[in-house]
Amino acid sequence: MKNKIDYNSDWNLDPAPESIGHIKLKSKYDLFIGGKWVKPKAGKYFATINPATEQQIADIAEAEQEDVDAAVKAAKKAYDTVWSKLSGKERGKYIYRIARLIQEKAREFSVIESLDSGKVIRESRDIDIPLAAAHFFYYAGWADKLEYAFPNRQPKSLGVAAQITPWNFPMLMIAWKIAPALAAGNTVVLKPAETTSLTALKLAEVIQEAGLPDGVVNIVTGYGKTGAMMVDHKDVAKVAFTGSTGVGKIIMKAIAGTNKKSTMELGGKAANIIFEDAPLDQAVEGIINGIYFNQGHVCCAGSRLFVQESVYEVVLRKLKDRMESLYVGNPMDKNTDIGAINSKKQLDVINEYIKIGKTEGAEIYQTKCTLPKKGYWCKPTLFTNVAQSNRIAQEEIFGPVLAIQTFRTIDEVITKANNTPYGLSAGVWTDKGSKIFNLTSQLKAGVVWANTYNKFDPTSPFGGYKESGHGREGGLHGLEPYLKFD
Amino acid sequence: MAEKDYRLSPRVDQVGIQDRVDRITKRSVKSEAKRKGLLMTLNMIDLTTLEGADTDFKVKQMCYKAQHLHDSFPDLPTTAAVCVYPNFVKTAINEVKGSKVKVASVATAFPSGHSSSEIKLLDTKIAVDNGAHEVDMVISRGKFHSGEYNFVFDEIAAIKEACGNARLKVILETGELGTFDKVRRASDIAMDAGADFIKTSTGKISPAATLPVTLVMLEAIKDYYYETGKMIGMKPAGGISNSKLALQYLLMVKETLGGKWLSNEWFRFGASSLANDVLMQIMKQESGNYQSKDYFSKD
Repeated sequence: MKNKIDYNSDWNLDPAPESIGHIKLKSKYDLFIGGKWVKPKAGKYFATINPATEQQIADIAEAEQEDVDAAVKAAKKAYDTVWSKLSGKERGKYIYRIARLIQEKAREFSVIESLDSGKVIRESRDIDIPLAAAHFFYYAGWADKLEYAFPNRQPKSLGVAAQITPWNFPMLMIAWKIAPALAAGNTVVLKPAETTSLTALKLAEVIQEAGLPDGVVNIVTGYGKTGAMMVDHKDVAKVAFTGSTGVGKIIMKAIAGTNKKSTMELGGKAANIIFEDAPLDQAVEGIINGIYFNQGHVCCAGSRLFVQESVYEVVLRKLKDRMESLYVGNPMDKNTDIGAINSKKQLDVINEYIKIGKTEGAEIYQTKCTLPKKGYWCKPTLFTNVAQSNRIAQEEIFGPVLAIQTFRTIDEVITKANNTPYGLSAGVWTDKGSKIFNLTSQLKAGVVWANTYNKFDPTSPFGGYKESGHGREGGLHGLEPYLKFD
Repeated sequence: MAEKDYRLSPRVDQVGIQDRVDRITKRSVKSEAKRKGLLMTLNMIDLTTLEGADTDFKVKQMCYKAQHLHDSFPDLPTTAAVCVYPNFVKTAINEVKGSKVKVASVATAFPSGHSSSEIKLLDTKIAVDNGAHEVDMVISRGKFHSGEYNFVFDEIAAIKEACGNARLKVILETGELGTFDKVRRASDIAMDAGADFIKTSTGKISPAATLPVTLVMLEAIKDYYYETGKMIGMKPAGGISNSKLALQYLLMVKETLGGKWLSNEWFRFGASSLANDVLMQIMKQESGNYQSKDYFSKD
């Protein structure tokens, strides 16, 4: 294409690495049960590694049945003897204390998060950790106001909540789970994802420091089968899960016929829709932010792009140019835009989908960036010439891979956008307010962003339609799944 | 005559512009990149004096400074240009003779632009006849707000013709335009009518140049380049007085238009006090200490 923007220049940024000397990490982490660090009964540990360097950071305990039993028992005891008897005001004080401690240690948390997950320090520093603290602050405020939140409904806590969190926003997802659970008066057994346990364990230290009564929050580490043991435990009253739709279905089958309440925040394949009257340069930023934020490891990522045909060429050209200006590489560098893929396993999944896309006849474009030799990396990727029936347009890839289609009319794009088993999020870009309202009412998605993308706030509920899950997290709505009403 | 309906110029989303600016201001420019960026900044400055109290002596002092930014430090570049009122062009030309420093003259009833077309043309011709290498004109904001885009277009085209070989910078006075949509519209008109540069402000009203408004204009330049292959220069002016901000502007240019725009042929800072702050930073990088402000000449 002629008149291409050329980012080559003899003026280039020098490395600006965030210092990591200040963080305190142990070489081996046990389980956090009943307010104490407890060795796993079977004595098994697994390694957590830095996906940007493939170097081991620490050994993490693997919880087996006995350990899970102990954790649920501790949570049950804490619920029966302490937490359920405490006034909302007192519960709120503890949650505020946790929020403040996270803020104080924000730098340490963000560095650990980036080391353990591969996400760029800019995001963990500016998004993940501040938002996690904000969630604790927000729900702390609700703890003594539940009766006002649900007038005339007499809200009551449930008991022990089993919570299983994903690896894409480790600390933030933990905050989404723990903060409302505690505010509503429940106790918690939480399992972080096996590739990203460290911030959860660091949070356990904060919880100790905050003086939270023993057993109110228990953190057990391990793989999927540890999570299954939690879900199946008879003393668990509530299951909250964020992760893949596949695992979500297994959990729902497991708890069918029990009294356990559930919140499922599962996969997505969001439509990001660009109309011809949109502010195109900002829409291009929104596309970038929609799919390449956190390497595309985002359940609400705008992974299906729909561009109105009349502006398709110019949008594609702007998008490709903008992609070339992204800095890909060391997540610890403050200037990096795109970091490492979370794990070898996930990289294999992404590469498999890229192969499928090519086989299906879609046209691939990847940026010309050079990738580090060690670690798990994927270039920002897009596919054009994509059909609605292609697998890359239907299935969640969970990586920096965008599938682009065109459309002609509003009705057409609504049909295509809703033509998916998922329904978590969507984006609409247009200068026309009435068009935004028309689409927000017709798109089957839990969140619809207008002229922006991937914006989060603790006051705003988040959750899906259809196979993207049920229940809401965040906002007033996020309290309800942790309460029962007479 | 303009052929386009400029009411249809691309729309700009303010929140999106601010988000993008925030990404750029969070970048970290260190060591060698910082040194290079600072030297580049010096070389992109249009050292400016546009006061009612200007005199030949004042202009001469400034012209000397433009060529000798800090003689105790070897191999510093000169500024790109000096920028003066038309009646000081002769003086300035004399002073910068033999150097790389260009002389830019404001024209067209600067700063308000309220005068007859004849006077504006004459204003421009005098500046050019006196040897100005560059002309910084203002658009008729009143006519622009009245929707008389053809008038604004024709006026720019006429001034461009009067400029001959002098390069024309078109000042939009963005602080008076009200919205980014209007800034975009004015940018499109100026470029189509023959501007070599588009420039944010006269420096006479607040707000003058800002990063968001500059981004809107850089994106207009990018679209123009996509369509025509022609490069248009950019000059933010007014309100840029420290090194950190200057480096953020350069990063924004680089990430929007690429490396080709990173020279004083395509990018300028309109500023009077920026140079000394940049000099202070350069000396700090060299010696490790900040020096007194009085070690740098204030002309």
